[in-house]
Amino acid sequence: MRTILYLIRKEFIQIFRNKFLSKAIFGIPIVQIVILVPAVTFEIKNIELCIVDMDMSAESRQLISKLQGSDFFLLKHTTFDEKEADDMLHADKCDMILHIPENFGRNVVREEKEKLMVVANAINATSAQLAWAYMRGILQDYNSELKVRSMQSNTPGRLSLIETTNRFWYNPSLNYKYYMLPGILVILVTAIGLLLAGLNVVREKEIGTIEQLNVTPIRKYQFITAKLVPFLVIGLVDLAFGLVLGKILFNIPFNGSIAMLFLFAAFYLIAVLGLALFLSTLSSTQQQYLFVVFFVLMIFVLMSGIFTPEESMPLWARRFNIINPTAYFMRVIRMVMLKGSGFADVFQDVRGIIIIGIATISLAIWRYRKTV
Amino acid sequence: MNRFLGFVKKEFMHIFRDIRTLVILFGIPAAQILIFGFAVRTDIKNAGIAVLDRSKDEISTGLVSRLESSDFFILKQSLESGAQIDPAFKKGDIKAVLIFEDNFGKRLLNEGSANIEIIADGSEPNVANLVTSYTRAIISDYMIDYNGAMAEGALVIEPEIKMYYNPNLESQYMFVPGVITIILVLICALMTSVAITREKEFGTMEVLLVSPLKPIHIILGKVTPYFILSLIDLIIILFLSWLVFDIPIKGSLVLLMLESMLYIMLGLSLGIMISTMSKTMQQAMFTSLLGLMLPTIILSGFIFPVEYMPGIYSWLSMIIPPRWFVTIIKDIMIKGTGFTFVWKETLILFIMTLVFITISTLKFKKRLE
Repeated sequence: MRTILYLIRKEFIQIFRNKFLSKAIFGIPIVQIVILVPAVTFEIKNIELCIVDMDMSAESRQLISKLQGSDFFLLKHTTFDEKEADDMLHADKCDMILHIPENFGRNVVREEKEKLMVVANAINATSAQLAWAYMRGILQDYNSELKVRSMQSNTPGRLSLIETTNRFWYNPSLNYKYYMLPGILVILVTAIGLLLAGLNVVREKEIGTIEQLNVTPIRKYQFITAKLVPFLVIGLVDLAFGLVLGKILFNIPFNGSIAMLFLFAAFYLIAVLGLALFLSTLSSTQQQYLFVVFFVLMIFVLMSGIFTPEESMPLWARRFNIINPTAYFMRVIRMVMLKGSGFADVFQDVRGIIIIGIATISLAIWRYRKTV
Repeated sequence: MNRFLGFVKKEFMHIFRDIRTLVILFGIPAAQILIFGFAVRTDIKNAGIAVLDRSKDEISTGLVSRLESSDFFILKQSLESGAQIDPAFKKGDIKAVLIFEDNFGKRLLNEGSANIEIIADGSEPNVANLVTSYTRAIISDYMIDYNGAMAEGALVIEPEIKMYYNPNLESQYMFVPGVITIILVLICALMTSVAITREKEFGTMEVLLVSPLKPIHIILGKVTPYFILSLIDLIIILFLSWLVFDIPIKGSLVLLMLESMLYIMLGLSLGIMISTMSKTMQQAMFTSLLGLMLPTIILSGFIFPVEYMPGIYSWLSMIIPPRWFVTIIKDIMIKGTGFTFVWKETLILFIMTLVFITISTLKFKKRLE
């Protein structure tokens, strides 16, 4: 036990002696949280609209002012020239074109069917679909207004209508910062853990000091523990820093148990650090290790469901997430912080992360050779 | 010139001697493009929902089965009371709950209107938004059919949509160019960021410094082999995106290659700049991976559209090189536009590259003194 404590002390001294590292491990997360958390909104506002109004009737103007009145659309340009509108779409000067055909007003008043053509730039399929949904909603509203008007003057009839009301629980105003902070924090903690722990070992290999450790009577498990604990502590401190920062700057709610989150984070970090130590045994230079980490990190992060919904991924990708520790942490941190989920709700994730942790640590111990 | 070529040759040998790194260098982009091209998408599919149907009549069950039959939703649970909503959300497998009021169908028939309440899980705002608007769209389609049977000609205006550039709404059209952009710049910067610090740390830098090579030669000599490596990476990536994702290159392939070469140069010189500014390899690695990864993913418009970012961020994103390259690559590959549409972005990337190279040379000189 005393051996381990001495080794841990040695690691801490080495880390904090390094001027850059001692600042970077706390500085980089703080700066990135402050800058990047408020950057993202997925809210679609101000879809830039170009209208080709061939009709210029009272009805078409009514429709246009209805579109203008919504928050979703921003009328960029009105023209008679279809070619001009197409060119604007092509040059990214507008996102959507609405063609109002000639005689639109006349046909609508006579209740003849009238077609409206909408063209959208669909490279970003999701945005295009959302924009189309908004557009259709507005057109339908306009349609029912017309209908109601004509019905008052004509035959008695009735249209049934389903009203939808919607609410967002746990984040009523859909504040994206609540969503981004946990995500960015998880990425930073993971990246720092993977880089620090692995590079530390590979560096000892590269400059040859690992041989000095190898000739001492230190046991394998002692070596692994000593390389793990300092980075576990740093990771947890970073997490605490980030949460406090989120509370102070963005007033992020914290509904669940803090102790449980930190306990889970500790399990998570052990799994990640175990992986780092395992990967470090496979690399002979720091550069190699850097690329391996880049590969692993990008996959862990982008597949974890941090920025994109996990359910939308194909089945094999969702299966992969069974062995992706980041996916567990991402789920749990949001559930605990924002929804206040309890232990019973996250039990499966806790079990999963412990199994992954045992696996990576065992791999690291097994692969670490004291002999050359 | 001969001296320079000799130096380049030496650098080549250094890199190609290390087979393991080479395998990683070619394997990473290929694997990442395949994985992300298939897996990363922002639309929703198979989102779990729950229904609390207080009425259980023909219309409400009809609507629920309409929701279920769409690709977007999977009905995970039927709830019995409002008290079950919170626990259901806390377990985390449903994204929204639909509540039909009492006597839903009767009200719709007798009073002409009835209410559905949609409660979505706001902890994932994007998903919450999508789930709500998709549900609404399905409900209103359902009502059009329903009214259509009741009253003739309910719908006067029939809107029709044409999805330009991406008629089948494949999310790959958005993500493959994005992934190419991110991977290229990160991989290039990572490769060269260690190049000079490594020499510093191992002490071989002094050997280089006493040689008659000029700083710019040393920098170019370090960049050249990596440039060729990145070019091979680029070809692998483009080939895969064409072969696997069926993403056409509508514009000129030559233009695309030239633009990509410029972008690769930018990435490499960014790495060199980091390298000249760092004292140790660890510092260079931390800066290039930790410092670049998140800002490029978040501010480049790869996942989060830049247009919708709050004020200062659309400005801030302008200093992020991938933001410009994403536009170029999408324009050329998917829209098929020519150079006249992307000259501005090209110029910006070119200036950025020059700035990085200049800073590197200046910083490098200091060490010579």
